[in-house]
Amino acid sequence: MLDLVWLIPAFPLAGFVVLLLAGSRLGEPRAGWVATIAMFGSFAVTVGVVVDLLSRDVHNRRSVTTLFSWVPAGDLAVDFGILADPLSLTMCLFITGVGALIHLYSIGYMHGDSDFSRFFTYLNLFAFSMLVLVLGDNMLLTFLGWEGVGACSYLLISFWFSDSANASAGKKAFVTNRIGDWGVLVAMCLTFFTFGSLSYVEVLDATDAGQVAESTATFIVLMLFVGAIGKSAQFPLYLWLPDAMAGPTPVSALIHAATMVTSGIYLLTRVNPIIADAADWVPSLIAWVGVGTALFAATIAVAQTDIKKVLAYSTVSQLGYMFLAVGCGAYVPAIFHMVTHAFFKALLFLGSGSVIHGMDGDQDMRHYGGLRKWMPVTASTFIIGWLAIAGVPPFAGFWSKDEILAYAWNESPALWFVGLVTAVLTAFYMTRQVVLTFFGRHRYADARPDEVAAAWDARIAVAVADLDAATVAVDAARTGLGAATAARAEAESAHASAIEAARSATSGDEAEASSDPEALAQAVLAAEDAVATAVTAVETAEESVAVAQAVHAVAGADHAVVSAAAESRAEVPALALDAAPDVADVADHLPEAVAARADHHPHESPWTMTLPLVVLAGLSVVGGLMQLPFTPSLKFLEKWLEPSLFGNEVHLTIGGGMLWVLASIAVVGGLLGIAVAVAAYERRRIDHRAFEQPLLADAWAIDRKVGDFMGGPGRAGFEAVTTFDQRIVDGAVNGVGVLVRRLAGVLRRFHNGMVRTYAAGAALGAVALLLWFLTRASW
Amino acid sequence: MEVTVAWYLTLGAVLFTLGAVGLLVRRNPLVMFMCIELMLNAVNLTFVSLGDELGDLGGQLSVFFVLVVAAAEVVIGLGIIVAIMRRRSGATADDLSVLRG
Amino acid sequence: MIAVFASASPSFPVLPALILTPLLGALLVVVVPRSRPELLKLTAVLSTMATGAMSLWVLFAFDAGAEGFQFASRHVWIEDLGISWLFGIDGISLFLVVLTGILFPIAILATDPEHDSRAYYAWLLVLEGGVMGVFISLDLVIFFLCFEIVLVPMYFLIGRWGHGNRTYAATKFFLYTMAGSALMLVGIVSLAFLHADATGGALTFDLVVIAEAQSVATDAARWVFLAFALAFAVKVPIFPLHTWLPDAHTEAPTAGSVILAGVLLKLGTYGFLRFGLYLFPEATHHFAPVFLVLGVVGIVYGAVVATMQKDLKRLVAYSSVAHLGFIILGTFALNTEGIEGGLLQMVNHGISTGALFLLVGMIYERRHTHQISELGGLQKSAPILAGVFMVVMLSSIGLPGLNGFVGEFLVLVGTFNAHRWYAVVAAGGVVLAALYLLWAYQRVFHGPAEGDNADMPDLRLREGLVLAPLLALIVVLGIYPKPVIERMEPAVDALVEHIERHVDGFQEPTSRMGIDIALDGADSGGDH
Repeated sequence: MLDLVWLIPAFPLAGFVVLLLAGSRLGEPRAGWVATIAMFGSFAVTVGVVVDLLSRDVHNRRSVTTLFSWVPAGDLAVDFGILADPLSLTMCLFITGVGALIHLYSIGYMHGDSDFSRFFTYLNLFAFSMLVLVLGDNMLLTFLGWEGVGACSYLLISFWFSDSANASAGKKAFVTNRIGDWGVLVAMCLTFFTFGSLSYVEVLDATDAGQVAESTATFIVLMLFVGAIGKSAQFPLYLWLPDAMAGPTPVSALIHAATMVTSGIYLLTRVNPIIADAADWVPSLIAWVGVGTALFAATIAVAQTDIKKVLAYSTVSQLGYMFLAVGCGAYVPAIFHMVTHAFFKALLFLGSGSVIHGMDGDQDMRHYGGLRKWMPVTASTFIIGWLAIAGVPPFAGFWSKDEILAYAWNESPALWFVGLVTAVLTAFYMTRQVVLTFFGRHRYADARPDEVAAAWDARIAVAVADLDAATVAVDAARTGLGAATAARAEAESAHASAIEAARSATSGDEAEASSDPEALAQAVLAAEDAVATAVTAVETAEESVAVAQAVHAVAGADHAVVSAAAESRAEVPALALDAAPDVADVADHLPEAVAARADHHPHESPWTMTLPLVVLAGLSVVGGLMQLPFTPSLKFLEKWLEPSLFGNEVHLTIGGGMLWVLASIAVVGGLLGIAVAVAAYERRRIDHRAFEQPLLADAWAIDRKVGDFMGGPGRAGFEAVTTFDQRIVDGAVNGVGVLVRRLAGVLRRFHNGMVRTYAAGAALGAVALLLWFLTRASW
Repeated sequence: MEVTVAWYLTLGAVLFTLGAVGLLVRRNPLVMFMCIELMLNAVNLTFVSLGDELGDLGGQLSVFFVLVVAAAEVVIGLGIIVAIMRRRSGATADDLSVLRG
Repeated sequence: MIAVFASASPSFPVLPALILTPLLGALLVVVVPRSRPELLKLTAVLSTMATGAMSLWVLFAFDAGAEGFQFASRHVWIEDLGISWLFGIDGISLFLVVLTGILFPIAILATDPEHDSRAYYAWLLVLEGGVMGVFISLDLVIFFLCFEIVLVPMYFLIGRWGHGNRTYAATKFFLYTMAGSALMLVGIVSLAFLHADATGGALTFDLVVIAEAQSVATDAARWVFLAFALAFAVKVPIFPLHTWLPDAHTEAPTAGSVILAGVLLKLGTYGFLRFGLYLFPEATHHFAPVFLVLGVVGIVYGAVVATMQKDLKRLVAYSSVAHLGFIILGTFALNTEGIEGGLLQMVNHGISTGALFLLVGMIYERRHTHQISELGGLQKSAPILAGVFMVVMLSSIGLPGLNGFVGEFLVLVGTFNAHRWYAVVAAGGVVLAALYLLWAYQRVFHGPAEGDNADMPDLRLREGLVLAPLLALIVVLGIYPKPVIERMEPAVDALVEHIERHVDGFQEPTSRMGIDIALDGADSGGDH
């Protein structure tokens, strides 16, 4: 089977070519199945090759298969060859295995996307590049895969390119990776300069035989480390990984969790003899950068609200652990953690993709809650992944992380301590994620802060409107009262004059005898009625005024209360709807979108998506079995990887008892993290806002500062160079032309067209020549 | 007082100078032409006298060349000048500056 | 190196035919009757294809292992001055000839002139003849003749069929390049006379004779080298003599840009190899640091300025400055890897940048603009065009697996072996290359497609067929450059040996095993 090892990268390459030519014709879902079957085929061959190698003697497990000559130039003779040894095959196993599962998952996830086949074309190309990276028998071939995965990562991150943000994220990833690639290029140049070859067999064997000087080895490792920092997203070149979440979730799972980002660790592990020959501070540097990044990223993950961003920073953090292991000379634990991390991180990413799929694209964890009711498979597998990454025994993550911590303690207690704190934080933020997503109340239909703000604004507007209306009403009522009072006064005076008229009639005045006493009496009665009516009208008007004033008072009170509540809301913007007890009906003013969400039902994902979750969950449970620390006979991974390590694996100097102590402390720390998270998010005993500091949510503002620099001074610098080119360099060229023109202008004045001037010139010239000849001749 | 070759050469020089000064000073094109003729003939005289003095036939040969050139030049030049003078009578050499740069 | 005659059909003078066929084609184009305009393009295409076929025949008939010049031919011209029509081809010029043979038919087939087809095709064919002449001539005067002759058709191509600012660009190109090469004529003549004086033999302009004799005194040789170098430096172009290039590239018509970038720039770099390193090894060694510095500056500077360009064609033009910086770097590393890398890059750059200009021309033909700000979201409306552009762009960035990488890497390796820190800085150029190209790609192809951008038609079959050979070469040369490198190697090795022989104390900077290199470079051999 070993001679078929070239099939491992050939299957995805074939898949890529088929999909490139016929992908759109195959359509959904056949294009997806072509790609997936290619990956499964690759996996099968990998298993076969591994079996073949296992059947061989331990010292015979490194085999090089040369396919053809690539660059035969001068002393440089690079071939397209495959190095099949335990390290590369271990990588191949999980690349093809987890990769195949993710391909399967993508068939379900990308369902309905108009660019379905293009996605799988890129995925297969990526798989091919990654396999070339790990299987290449020389550094140049590794570099081909290295850059290839970078390019595929770019293509896949900017897959939905119509959104400029996605396109920018892809570009950022590629350019940041390229900075690391510079390091690898320089390292390759130096390697060739030193060894005259780039082939791993020749270089590593020569190094192992002690033919390299310390300074050379140091420089090579440093440059490779720069490359690894870029590819594996360590500080300071980690900035691209969170942005890379703009790509589809399977991409995040495959590329940015399981495979591409592990290339850096693979590369450093591959060149372990050179690291062994380098100066002592180099591995320490690697370890400290790793563990520092781990802590740094964990602090940021604590405050993220996007489900994928948490996992992105978590990946950066876990990669830091792997670098910590490499720096401590613990190559086997590094690879061990790489494999278990591939299992549970891919699981977590795919699970989050399932959640996003079930929540119709919403990635904000604040809108989740209680999802385990509707997505049981996703929830249970995600929980297994959580337990694994939190370091809870007996899940896979516990065994691998603990080995690393043990080796860290072996190297320096300070490293171990930082690693421990990071482990606690890891448990914390992952628990937070699980609780927010799967437990508690389903918050999707809750009003969101901007909606609450809108409701408050509406309520205040209502209060203000009511107050204005009441004021107007009061004025109207008062006007009415005034009118009624005036009418009453008039009626009373009419009444008085009517009585006067009647009395003067009955007093027997002969002058007024014609008046009719009955009519006058009736007039008096009418006037009395009028007065009564007027009095009633006034009373009614007074009542109206009272009512209007009462209404105004109520409106005024309401306005006062609402304004007071609103002012306090201005200080605490996320004030809940029911925060002000006197104002009860704010909820009635919420936008319609809130009500529209009430009927939302999350749904579980199809089998193409849940099957990989289950498989990966199973692996996360049993993954620890490959390297149990109890007895040497159980350390399968270490025995398997031995031929690739040239004996450079550091040996633990701490005894079994110490290991138990360290492990227990780690477990306790993990449980502590879980407990605090549960207390904060499930039981609400601790205010969770204390953990979610804005600075952490903003990733320590580093990305923003880098962006400001690039857009500000960076751009200004480039503009300055461009202006220099335009004005000064080109200006000099144009200046020559201008100079010639000016000179010509000056000389033109001698051509005035007048014959006599020309004749005078001829005469003068003739005289001068004559003099010159005469004086010359006389000597 | 013997008439030696120097006399002829002096005469030639004087005639040449007169012609040159006249060419530079006078403005009338026809007079300028006459001065050019004067210069050319002065040169002829110099050629012949030196040719006789040195016994070289080349001197007399050169005269032929000069005369031919003078004749050709007069034909063409006078033709142009007359044509111009007909258009603008009273034109001086200074007015004919169409070829200014 | 003595001229070696070709092993197959020695009687057919294929090299002069390479020059004469396009010239004959030009003549035929001129005499095509006015009533049959469709014959113009046909004649031109047939003529360039015949030339291309001959160049491919030369490629296949080329003896990969042999040293010396093959297919040589000689016809005496001016016997008293020692000038003759002397042609020969070796590993160094072979691929440049093939590149020319391939690019010209593609350039002609890709786009049609908007007016005056007759003159357009005639000038293009004369251009091809001249370019072929430069690459195959082994006589100094013939070389100069052809070197200068290519300026005239290019001037007209830019000036009559170009874009907005064409007159300025054409004049600038012509005057600048001619001014640079004016001194070269003085250099050529003085070299021939110095050689004749020193050897006491007859006057000759035969390159091989003069180069092998190496009889000129060191000081004089350095001056003459500078005269040659100035001409080539303007042609390449090397910073700071590069400002004619952006204008010429931008204002030229598409075919003009393709030829200019693909072939004409290589006249300068080829000149450095053949007439710099070969004729003046000591002077080259003496001045190498200057050119190395300028090469590195060109790489970084070209990339930085390219980033800020708003015109897509101008951006590609500045990227050419950066790429040619790599070639200069490799050439002056003076070792096999470096020179081979430079040669490979000459071919690769011609293919990739030629394809880039073709694609930009196709976009221009649809949208009538080169301004990046007016384009956007084109991947949505023209996915195949975008895909092809992506492949070519990745080749230009130097992605391994595509052709641009191998040459770049060889240059870096060679330069590193010779002068370590130049390579370290130059390697940073790959970061900048990714930056400006990806940013341009994002602004042009990604994002939402609005307005006219949304209606842009995709790649047509005819355009695809024209691009197909270039794309195939991009992929194949990336994976399997071995046949190319194999054929170059004897000539390059001979050149390096030649330099070693004639420069005291110079040893080819090559890799060494297990020597302790302190980080300050205190080791023997390769100075820095």
